[in-house]
Amino acid sequence: MSQSFDEISAQLRKRHRQSARLKWMSLGALLLALAFLVVFFADMLGKGLPAFQQAQVQVEVDYSEQASQLPLAAVDEEVRDLVSRGWLRTLPMQMRDNPELLGTTRTEWVLADGQVDQYLKGHASRLRDDAKARVDRLVEEGRAELKFNTTFFSRGDSKMPELAGIMSAAMGTVMTMLVTLAVAFPIGVMTAVYLEEFAPDNRFTQMIEININNLAAIPSILFGLLGLAIFIQFFGMPRSSPLVGGMTLALMTLPIIIISTRTALRSVPDSIRHAAFGVGCSRWQVVRDHVLPLAMPGIMTGSIIGLAQAMGETAPLIIVGMVAFIPDVSATFTNAATVLPAQIFTWSGEPDRAFVEKTAGGILVLLSVLIFLNATAVVLRKKFERRW
Amino acid sequence: MNMQTAPRASHPAGKPEVGQPHTRNESACHDLSIRVRDLNLWYGESQALKGLDIDIFQKNVTALIGPSGCGKSTFLRCLNRMNDLIPGVRIRGLVEMDGRDVNAAKMDEVALRRRVGMVFQKPNPFPKSIYENVAYAPRMHDMVSRKPEQDDLVEKALRDAGLWEEVKDKLQQPGTSLSGGQQQRLCIARAIAVQPDVILMDEPTSALDPISTATIEDLMDKLKSQFTIITVTHNMQQAARVADYTAFFHLGEIIEYNDTKTMFSNPATRKAEDYITGRYG
Repeated sequence: MSQSFDEISAQLRKRHRQSARLKWMSLGALLLALAFLVVFFADMLGKGLPAFQQAQVQVEVDYSEQASQLPLAAVDEEVRDLVSRGWLRTLPMQMRDNPELLGTTRTEWVLADGQVDQYLKGHASRLRDDAKARVDRLVEEGRAELKFNTTFFSRGDSKMPELAGIMSAAMGTVMTMLVTLAVAFPIGVMTAVYLEEFAPDNRFTQMIEININNLAAIPSILFGLLGLAIFIQFFGMPRSSPLVGGMTLALMTLPIIIISTRTALRSVPDSIRHAAFGVGCSRWQVVRDHVLPLAMPGIMTGSIIGLAQAMGETAPLIIVGMVAFIPDVSATFTNAATVLPAQIFTWSGEPDRAFVEKTAGGILVLLSVLIFLNATAVVLRKKFERRW
Repeated sequence: MNMQTAPRASHPAGKPEVGQPHTRNESACHDLSIRVRDLNLWYGESQALKGLDIDIFQKNVTALIGPSGCGKSTFLRCLNRMNDLIPGVRIRGLVEMDGRDVNAAKMDEVALRRRVGMVFQKPNPFPKSIYENVAYAPRMHDMVSRKPEQDDLVEKALRDAGLWEEVKDKLQQPGTSLSGGQQQRLCIARAIAVQPDVILMDEPTSALDPISTATIEDLMDKLKSQFTIITVTHNMQQAARVADYTAFFHLGEIIEYNDTKTMFSNPATRKAEDYITGRYG
């Protein structure tokens, strides 16, 4: 006896309710994740965007003989405490480098003190009331305002927030990444080529493969300990240097590059290999002339993602001493340097309120670089995607 | 290597000499190209080829026919050692070309593959330009040193493959932009560009439409004046049309090897007859 539509529908009702419930739950999960993302970005932008602006005041700078000895004398007493002391300290140097300044008096926009900056941005400030009144007057006269913060991008770290910038950290990141890429890319790609194209499939290579996959899951701080033990303790390389940091991160990036390269090599169809073998290519020629060029987009994508991951890594670099106060751009690969995430970490520990926005600003810069790198990887993958 | 130059009489009933066709094609020339004796091949534990004996004659088309899984493609790949690429393959027996055992340790498989070219089931041009597809291998083998020389060789190979007129104005376009039949002729041009002695074709038309198939068959007929062609085919009419000799494979053995005319009109064995008349396969 068959059932009528109504009877079957009645039985189905419960099932339909269940699937609707699941659908709403998964949608809810997605919305929650999106909400986290929005809150995170709003918070970062809200805190970080002010870091790209900095208060400046227009003052008369008197490049006198006296000022080259005692920089404080260069500006009028009325605004002396509103001007960045760090900037004042650089005056003698400026005068030495530009002798024609001597004896002149110029009206210039100069960096304001960090407290003035915080006051203008509406944050809590340690300025005394009379100083606040003077700042207000300067603002009314158009002699104090927030301007684009070139210092943030052109200078290294400083204990004075108005002089602190990400330049030294950014250069440190670039140098460290160069080392990482130079070490991890060739070794990773050659390892993958050997395992995928040359090695026989036996117990030994299977063990290597399992271990490589496990390496990718090892907590990054252990790579830091490894770097400390091998590169610094054993080989005696200089600590805190981009060389050691880069090599440590290369250890961490290697498995990612190996795995993505193997995937890329495997996606090249065997028909191409057979065609190449068929015309008398040696194994190496098959790989070099045919398989590697076709796998290159995939290899590049994997390497960029690995590099982006290494770029955001802090823990192993703490161990090898790259979290340090580095006011100047490191000149060589063996000098002490710091990297962007380490700089952010350092700033986040500073007690001064002004460093909160520096921290957020640094995060924004790092995030933009990472998003740019990942977008490049996606574009590469889309552009060279090939159907066989 | 002239083992048999005189045509031999047909042996409809009796067992012929080892590896010789039961009958000889009277019009063809009969210089030996490849001699195979007691060739056995195992994939792991399972034996795919069982004691094959066959003589392949120069400048003829030899067709290998038989039901799926009978070992004809496996045998074809033995001739240029493409089976080396498959893990777990063991080979025992003699495959002799030009007086040399191709499976010997001294034999360089790259040298072998230069003399024994291959065309595959699915057209597989390199994802490079049409010109590069043909020019790559001769350049790699240092057969050409200057650009004009290379241009000439590419043109000759494409002309021999009957593709020149169709592609001469678009040599820099990717080889994969051609139609299936054109791609397969490009693969043939790529194979003949290194001037091999033998061209192996593994079901070269099975992925093609009937018109492209006819073009390739005509081409095989033309090319046999320069090359020894060994082709695997599932299509019996094709074997009848293009081949001078036909070998019938069954379960890893060569059941019958005969000149094509005799094979299709008066096969010597019952199994071959059953297969050809479509009783199984």
